[in-house]
Amino acid sequence: MAISREEVIHIAKLASLNLTESEIEMYTNDMTEILEFANMINSVNTDNVSETIAANEKYNVFRKDEIKQSVDKEALLQNAPSKDDGMFRIPKVIN
Amino acid sequence: MMELYELTAHELMDKLASGEITSEEVTKSYFNRIKEKDGVVKAYVSTLEESALEKARKVDADRKAGKPVSKYAGIPIGIKDNMCITGTRTTCSSKMLENFVAPYDATVIENLNKEELVYLGKLNMDEFAMGSSTENSAFFTTKNPWDLERVPGGSSGGSAAAVAADMAPWALGSDTGGSIRQPASLCGVVGLKPTYGLVSRYGLVAFASSLDQIGPITKDVTDSALLLNLIAGHDEKDSTSMEIEKKDYTKALVNDVKGMKIGLPKEYIGEGVNEEVKASVLAAAKKFEELGATVEECSFDVGKYATSVYYVIADAEASSNLGRFDGIRYGYRSEKFENLKDIYRNSRSEGFGPEVKRRIMVGTYVLSSGYYDAYYKKAQKVRTVINNAYNELFKKYDILLTPVSPTTAFKFGEKSDNPIEMYMADICTVPVNIGGVPGISVPSGLDSKGLPISIQLIGKAFDEETILRAAYTYEQNTNFRENRPTFKEGGNN
Repeated sequence: MAISREEVIHIAKLASLNLTESEIEMYTNDMTEILEFANMINSVNTDNVSETIAANEKYNVFRKDEIKQSVDKEALLQNAPSKDDGMFRIPKVIN
Repeated sequence: MMELYELTAHELMDKLASGEITSEEVTKSYFNRIKEKDGVVKAYVSTLEESALEKARKVDADRKAGKPVSKYAGIPIGIKDNMCITGTRTTCSSKMLENFVAPYDATVIENLNKEELVYLGKLNMDEFAMGSSTENSAFFTTKNPWDLERVPGGSSGGSAAAVAADMAPWALGSDTGGSIRQPASLCGVVGLKPTYGLVSRYGLVAFASSLDQIGPITKDVTDSALLLNLIAGHDEKDSTSMEIEKKDYTKALVNDVKGMKIGLPKEYIGEGVNEEVKASVLAAAKKFEELGATVEECSFDVGKYATSVYYVIADAEASSNLGRFDGIRYGYRSEKFENLKDIYRNSRSEGFGPEVKRRIMVGTYVLSSGYYDAYYKKAQKVRTVINNAYNELFKKYDILLTPVSPTTAFKFGEKSDNPIEMYMADICTVPVNIGGVPGISVPSGLDSKGLPISIQLIGKAFDEETILRAAYTYEQNTNFRENRPTFKEGGNN
């Protein structure tokens, strides 16, 4: 099944990516090929088979809700492209 | 006389312990080697000479003063550039993280710090570990030390090339679908992907969280066990890491496979695998039989679906994991924006390379409304079928023997135009990640072009001992370790 140009544009929007004209064309072709390849899994009989949710049998891991020393706030802010007074700075979102 | 950089880590440990050499001498030897060879090989994204020498001198002083020091203290190591070392750049070979300075240590790094290992630098990789040739690095391509016109494999191509070229005695890599074992194979070194949950992933930049594992890339099997000893263990910061008793993997280094039952899945010595690779695997099977193991052909038919399962699950997880790169808290931020959504979209569009975007697109698609059941849920079910097939095989066999890579090192550009063709480079390694079981890549000779070939030994979950034992026995009874890279330019055909 071929992926349409419109689907590629829609998926890019969901993934917060802008695509150029040539990228739209490239990913339309690539995704059609990759998903065709992925479709091989549909020839496997999985009646009464449950999904593998995690790679090992660990499920919920609980711990006590205790206050612990975490990474230093200044150290975490050092990589922020824009910051102000100990906070991450973003453009205005409310008019 | 042998140069220090030619030695294995365990040989260096012996010489450090006896006082024959100092860590400063060893560390300098590696930086000299890096200066001599890395201009051509280009394995390192960044080197840490100043801090390395400082640590080496401290360890030397402690040893000299008779203070108790670890046997690992002062041994240099290279780290794939997707693991965090406090205060150093961790780029994932991406423009997105080009200037990211890690504010904390990965748990594996904390473990190495306790033993006072010396960091030589951070090693090149495919961007966000997505690729099989290191051609997807946003910075530069790493060359295969055996033939400079060929790829070192990937995604841990920098780690494998550095160890092969004697620019590090050993290195850490990460493996999501073969990213330790395949480059180790293409560069003629030993690569181990541990069982999922054996090594903490905390501080490893996430690609596909249900598949990623950190593991050693080393010159021999003994070093693989020694490095695994340091990184294995439960970590409360990674809820998927298992609470199992700490083991000494060097106890598995026993030169004996008598009575070991080895399965040889016929699907991996058939179509799609290069004849010379196939011959090497069959010769290894014969060798194991000579050494007293029983080798029996078996079938792993569902393995052929593993790569399809992989590209659904890995891309789905990647699209989710990489959602965090939004240009706000860290990473690249576009200069062009008027509002918040512009920052997200423009930063991601300018910061990610083509293969990363491709995987985010596929991952977003298979998780999107209307396709979730047909792709993601179905892939998780087929994953169960593959796991069941492994369980059945491991009722009969102690380990499985397969190739690592269907071909030896390929040329730059040979597969980079066709994503599917590149994905096929991982057909022998991907099933191991899907099953969450351990696999080791061990050199098994050279092809007619003089390029390394390796065999892969696959074990039961949390039974690294048996594959290490088989790998060690194979290594001790063959002389493939003696083959050295030639740094030739423009190989034969």
